[in-house]
Amino acid sequence: MSGIFQFLSAHFHILHITFWPLLVGGIANGFIYSLIAIGYTMVYGVLRLINFAHSEIFMAGGFASYFLLHALIGHSTPSTGGSILFMALGMLSGGLCGMLVAVILERVAYRPLRRRNAPKLAYLISAIGASYFMFNLAGKEFGRYNLSMAQPFVNHSLFTIFGAPVQMYYIVIVAISAAMLFLLDRIVATTKLGRGIRAVAQDAETASLMGVNIDQTIVVTFMLGGFFGGLAGFLFGMSSGVVYTMGFTPALKAFTAAVLGGIGNVRGAMIGGLLLGIVESFSIAFVNGAFIDVVAFAILVLVLLVRPTGILGEQLGRSA
Amino acid sequence: MLQVTDTIVRYGAITALHGISFNVEKGEIVTLLGANGAGKSTTLRMLSGLHAPESGTISFEGKDLTQVRAHEFTRLGISHVPEGRRIFPQMTVEENLEMGGFVRKGSFDDDVDQIYSSFPILRDRRKQLGSNLSGGEQQMLAIGRALMSKPRLILLDEPSMGLAPKIIQQIFEIIGEIREQGTTVLLVEQNAAQALRLADRGYVMENGRIVLSDTAENLLHDERVRAVYLGEGV
Ligand SMILES: Nc1ncnc2c1ncn2[C@@H]1O[C@H](COP(=O)(O)OP(=O)(O)OP(=O)(O)O)[C@@H](O)[C@H]1O
Ligand SMILES: [Mg+2]
Repeated sequence: MSGIFQFLSAHFHILHITFWPLLVGGIANGFIYSLIAIGYTMVYGVLRLINFAHSEIFMAGGFASYFLLHALIGHSTPSTGGSILFMALGMLSGGLCGMLVAVILERVAYRPLRRRNAPKLAYLISAIGASYFMFNLAGKEFGRYNLSMAQPFVNHSLFTIFGAPVQMYYIVIVAISAAMLFLLDRIVATTKLGRGIRAVAQDAETASLMGVNIDQTIVVTFMLGGFFGGLAGFLFGMSSGVVYTMGFTPALKAFTAAVLGGIGNVRGAMIGGLLLGIVESFSIAFVNGAFIDVVAFAILVLVLLVRPTGILGEQLGRSA
Repeated sequence: MLQVTDTIVRYGAITALHGISFNVEKGEIVTLLGANGAGKSTTLRMLSGLHAPESGTISFEGKDLTQVRAHEFTRLGISHVPEGRRIFPQMTVEENLEMGGFVRKGSFDDDVDQIYSSFPILRDRRKQLGSNLSGGEQQMLAIGRALMSKPRLILLDEPSMGLAPKIIQQIFEIIGEIREQGTTVLLVEQNAAQALRLADRGYVMENGRIVLSDTAENLLHDERVRAVYLGEGV
């Protein structure tokens, strides 16, 4: 008995001194999961299929921004104005490249199957094939070592909360992700484009009776998800570097986050990502770092046992 | 206005329509009667592009619509109230109406208001999700949604299905009003007596073929129709 108390007090002691840094890091990671999870959840909404090649959209966004920033910044240290410009360019290049890859994927790997009314399993195989092709191509073309990204800004500590320093990097990630996710939420809830996407998710055939072009809506959905995935690749690559296999683990966790929040549910993906990032971060205090990747899946299993449709439920195309 | 000629529709190996021909003139209410599985819904689905006919032609206001895709039909002036209503469950009543006006440009708040005055119950429920409406409310919403695109021809698939007699009465009155306001109606019904009393003409389908066509008045007094569809012994 006393052994358990000793164990707990020792671990909570760690938690006590590292609570705020763990929280900040967890939120930042969580937002990156959220950005990736958007792509899974929106595509699932309109097509009822998991785009297992989404990890490579994330990777492509990482590489595109890596090459652009490498060419523009090199080893110099940008001024404040330069930092803002380079951040904007990094986001755009990552996002647009993700978008492009997503559109190509839809065209090449999914649409031909949709035309033939292929069974769901065919989509899965097609996605895995596309994923393998893309990351191996990246490995062959860009090398198999992790490449550090040219830094758009100096990552100093900005301020402290309860004595814990908060780095610029975290603030940037949180601010950009929160703003982009808010924007997406508004697009889906209030614009005509968003209404079309939600209508297709809820009842595609009836949506077409209302005049919604389903093919076009599916492409737009891939584009939105692709932009967010590519953007996440840039933000992730900024701190962790880029490498051809970079998509695998973050995307798998983001998929977990999407299921956790309720697949098909845009707000669910946001909440699921944040929750996963935070819980994962705190679990460092309790489990060996080598097991950290297991935590995400343990949480998934636990949540699904209690709520099989995820936290917010599988409410396809719901605005609020 | 609408001319269907020798259209054949197949679902894989099953032939649902074996070459049917009929027409609807501007300002009419035409009803399509038939037992379960006769091919009534298939006919309407063909007329909104959900199933292209394998052969035969569909012509509407002089345009050939045979190969036009589903999302184009609304723009061309045909609106479809599908079997089972198919309200968007996770959208509010108001959003469902907005979906009905999807193909229109600019603001259509006035038209939403007009739908609310025709169906006051929908105004009371405007912020509720589609899935929370009763069957009658859903049917009114489905009709209101279809009217939002200002169609010249409206296709109604069994609007009275599963509703209480009082609500059915109300729905039939609404269909009459829709015609008064200048929209042509093609009505599929199992409720043959009521449909024939409202309609100008009717067609009777059996196993994917049209077997009878006449004025509603004559069909109402036709012995075969009375025996099979009006539940009366001969
Ligand atoms: N998606 C489908 N796949 C295969 N067969 C179908 C499909 N939809 C309809 N059918 C078949 O086509 C025929 C016509 O069906 P349809 O739904 O048009 O009949 P209906 O007259 O509308 O019947 P009901 O009064 O029951 O609505 C039936 O034999 C039906 O089994
Ligand atoms: Mg039917």
